[in-house]
Amino acid sequence: MEPPLSRALSLNAALSVAFLLLAPVPASAAEDEYKLVIQDHKFQPTEVVVPSGKKIKLVIENRDGTPEEFESHALNREKVIAGKSTATIFIGPLKPGRYPFVGEYNEKTAQGVIVVK
Amino acid sequence: MFATAIIVFREILEAALIVGIVAAATRAIPGRTRWLSAGIAAGLMGAGLVALGTERIADLASGVGQELFNAAVLGIAVAMLAWHNLWMSSHGAALAANARSVGGAIRDGRRECSVLMIIVGLAVLREGSETVLFLYGIAAAEGGASWPMLIGGVAGIVAGIAVGYALYAGLLRIPLRWFFAATGILVLFLAAGMASQAARFLIQADVLPSLANPLWDTSALLPQTSLIGTLMRSLVGYEDRPAGMQIVFYVLVLIAIGSGMKWLNHDSPARPSRAAS
Repeated sequence: MEPPLSRALSLNAALSVAFLLLAPVPASAAEDEYKLVIQDHKFQPTEVVVPSGKKIKLVIENRDGTPEEFESHALNREKVIAGKSTATIFIGPLKPGRYPFVGEYNEKTAQGVIVVK
Repeated sequence: MFATAIIVFREILEAALIVGIVAAATRAIPGRTRWLSAGIAAGLMGAGLVALGTERIADLASGVGQELFNAAVLGIAVAMLAWHNLWMSSHGAALAANARSVGGAIRDGRRECSVLMIIVGLAVLREGSETVLFLYGIAAAEGGASWPMLIGGVAGIVAGIAVGYALYAGLLRIPLRWFFAATGILVLFLAAGMASQAARFLIQADVLPSLANPLWDTSALLPQTSLIGTLMRSLVGYEDRPAGMQIVFYVLVLIAIGSGMKWLNHDSPARPSRAAS
């Protein structure tokens, strides 16, 4: 019986290999990058203005110690962001309009909107 | 407390519905309870591991590891559901006709059972890991855990399992004549919905183009956050603003598994009358 930690590590190793095989596709296109910060269960800034018709790379830094789930039905996106870590989400190309998003785990305070112009 | 219950309920519901459908669809297979329990237990352990490794998984593949991981888990589940449905298409007649005639299929049945274990395990793993993270967030909140929120979380879990059980009990009331046709169709749409979800993760990771974004918008008509929308989402993969690529995946899986089922059905003799699909 292997100890759980080394099992977790070998799981991670296996996953790394699997993803290296899948990896080379992204990062090719030069998409616009926008940054969001989660602190005290709030997004900063709460409003991000992006151009329409372009692919956008959202980089979200979670400065809280607890995990958060970025969720937007309007954008059709959801992603768990571990505490004290940074995540990347690709959105667009989008039509002009307002696309609200929330942190699902703290929906009362963690709210924001992507404004596409 | 109520908000917590709703969030946990939504996460648990999908896994509970999948377990309910699979448990019903396999009612005639000997030893299936043991395999299903093992699948749920393995899924719970996996959920804990995935929750622990969230950060590490996310950092893989230049920040889109979580999407690739989810897409892979969903892809495997789709393949297993397809295998199950094809297996049932060639053995379902025997299972429906008489449980005793299954004897010859037991060796085959063991492989089928391990497929079931994987389907159930993956469903619990995927939805469970998000629940674990969410509940961890509550427990680790500044000033200690808040009891009302933890109680809400437990209430959400119980409610989710209750709906899954209700679906299971409801399915068992379907007359045996139509039973396997009905569960086969449910599993078929479950698989198509998962394929569409996998496509969404691959779009989010920028591995696939969205094609149309969204292809349609029915969020005013039937929001996917409403009760019916949530159920439809879990059961048939309904989304109010899907990308074009998701629908491509959905339809392809529907056609691939559906035609496989039809073809095997024609091959197996003594098939009882089957509801038109």
